[in-house]
Amino acid sequence: MADRVEHGQVTVSNGRYRPSGKFHHGYANSPIRNDEGVLMGVTNPRDVTHIHSYGGEAPFFESLSKGKLLGTRCDNADCALHETMFVPFRIHCPDCLSRNTIVDVTDIANRTSKVHTFMITERTGAFNTLEKPIRFVNVEFEGVDTILMGYLSVGEPEIGMRVVPIFQTENPTYTIMDLSWVPEGTQKSELLPGFSFGK
Amino acid sequence: MITFSKQQLKIPQMSRPVYMVTGGMSKFGRAIPEKRTEELVIDSFVEAAEFINMSPAELKRYIHSCYYGHFADHFGDQLLGEAVIHDRLGLDPLGNVGIKTGGATGGSTLWEAFKAVASGYSDCVLAMGWERMDEVPTDEGNHYIASAADKDWETPMGHIYTGYYAVMAQKYWQVFGKQEDSFRKTMAEIAVKNRGYARMNPHAQGPMKLTVEDVLNSPVVAHPLRALDCCLMSVGAACAILCDEETAYKLTDNPLKIHVSAGSHSLRVADRLNMDIPLLPNETPDQYKDLGERFPGGDRYPGFTGFLAARMAAHYAYGMAGIVDPTEDLDVVELHDAFTISDIQTYEDIGIRPYGEGRTYVESGDCYHTNPFTGKPGKLPANLSGGLLGNMHAVGATGIMQAIEVGHHIWGRWSEMHADEKKWAAFGRTKPDDWTDLQVKDAKRGLAISHAGVGSHVTATVLVHPDHELERRS
Ligand SMILES: [Zn+2]
Repeated sequence: MADRVEHGQVTVSNGRYRPSGKFHHGYANSPIRNDEGVLMGVTNPRDVTHIHSYGGEAPFFESLSKGKLLGTRCDNADCALHETMFVPFRIHCPDCLSRNTIVDVTDIANRTSKVHTFMITERTGAFNTLEKPIRFVNVEFEGVDTILMGYLSVGEPEIGMRVVPIFQTENPTYTIMDLSWVPEGTQKSELLPGFSFGK
Repeated sequence: MITFSKQQLKIPQMSRPVYMVTGGMSKFGRAIPEKRTEELVIDSFVEAAEFINMSPAELKRYIHSCYYGHFADHFGDQLLGEAVIHDRLGLDPLGNVGIKTGGATGGSTLWEAFKAVASGYSDCVLAMGWERMDEVPTDEGNHYIASAADKDWETPMGHIYTGYYAVMAQKYWQVFGKQEDSFRKTMAEIAVKNRGYARMNPHAQGPMKLTVEDVLNSPVVAHPLRALDCCLMSVGAACAILCDEETAYKLTDNPLKIHVSAGSHSLRVADRLNMDIPLLPNETPDQYKDLGERFPGGDRYPGFTGFLAARMAAHYAYGMAGIVDPTEDLDVVELHDAFTISDIQTYEDIGIRPYGEGRTYVESGDCYHTNPFTGKPGKLPANLSGGLLGNMHAVGATGIMQAIEVGHHIWGRWSEMHADEKKWAAFGRTKPDDWTDLQVKDAKRGLAISHAGVGSHVTATVLVHPDHELERRS
């Protein structure tokens, strides 16, 4: 993708970020005047690329690109939240703060996901990449104690509707956008380009 | 954490009482290109000084430390904007700190200021909040606001905060509102009421004379929310001066006792685990046993329908102020009506009504200045300022504006502060011919709720006339 080439790239080596290419672009500012031509202020244009670590969540985002949904579980028998399952993936248990165990929940999601609530909106912010209107869905799974936010890419959402996860396995973005939801029974041909069912 | 220890539920015991002495506000607007932020801040400070017949310079001599609420640094493209404001107010070299808790920033600023006085660190403090959301195009503003959601798990989806909040509205609408036209109409009445009250407020940015039909016919933002169900995006400033008892009575004959508390909940609604409903003093352990039967789907608490942070803030504040039943013990409230439906959810979270019955606060007429069904004073008037729907939501200033508005009622000076023709003219606004005095008669105690987005932070500010204190609970 052309704009990825122009923007900076980063690798990690020897425990440090190694940026290469252009990370910021500055432009000349311009004056802001009112109808009478009086100076009111100036514009301050610039582009910036941030660098961000996924840390312990990296396995989650890597797995999406492979068609897998990961959650985590507290396996500390002494914890009040022992065996609580978390999706969104939590690195540490929020109660005992021990490191959670990573669990593949793709199968549970395929079999039991339901829309807990949803929202359809035409409004978006700058940098939105989703087609409008956006159909936000919050998905509950059996045996999972939390409710994951996502977006429905086929059909119209309803509370209680059975859905299944789909994954951007071609040209993945390695972001949460690689995960979407479709009604149970959706055909492969109806999926967003680059997406496939979970494995 | 889903169970609470005794230590965590402790009612805060401050070392000494704290008073709100005065407050002031700037004009609020969607955009104020003719003024820098510090000019708005100074406008509000000057109003606060004049309110107690002092010059700004005189008032400043009492201030010992400063608490600055300003949420969205990105909008102003200025980190440490607090330092700029502090300098322009001429308050160097006093200690100051910036506070940011999303939509609750104003309330949190009061919380910090309150604790600074209660602890004895300072005898007189400035709590000043502001926001400036006009200096980027709206879609970039939406992106910036969406950055207050989880940047990896939420923000990339649409870059639109409404989408992360409105799923909660949808759930409440279906479970507790039962998708009834009558419930939808009740939501609309809140928009009509608050925007209508804003017409009496010269500071207000969004006054509108509306009917329920107008609200129901306004454009859909995210079903069931329509444009007129959603709050304003604002520019403006508000400040309050908090003091210990001795200093308070030096500055004025009429300081108000203030209590401020805070609660929180996860930034992502997704992470909220099930729990039993923590009870407020006017609730009984078995009253929610059949909640899931009465409202199918309503048995998951707080789920996507309750704001635990608001409940926790109310627990602490009611204990501090001795409030048992807010509808009986309070005379006026300013609630965080970011959306008409979240306003209803809050009635329940803070115990004005039990869970599931929030709508009756509106439908009974209790929430009005004058009950439309009886023509008598409303039992607990709400958002006479116009609230976030009609007055403003200049985030860092909002919680402070609410406290000042409640204060005006208890001080018995609401009319003086809202009727003045000079103020209407100075703000370039026309006082309506049918301007009405909304002073709540004999107001003694009031509450302001400041709330962040999906409920990550909520504060409760209680103001009490010192002659009408209730007995604190421990
Ligand atoms: Zn644990």
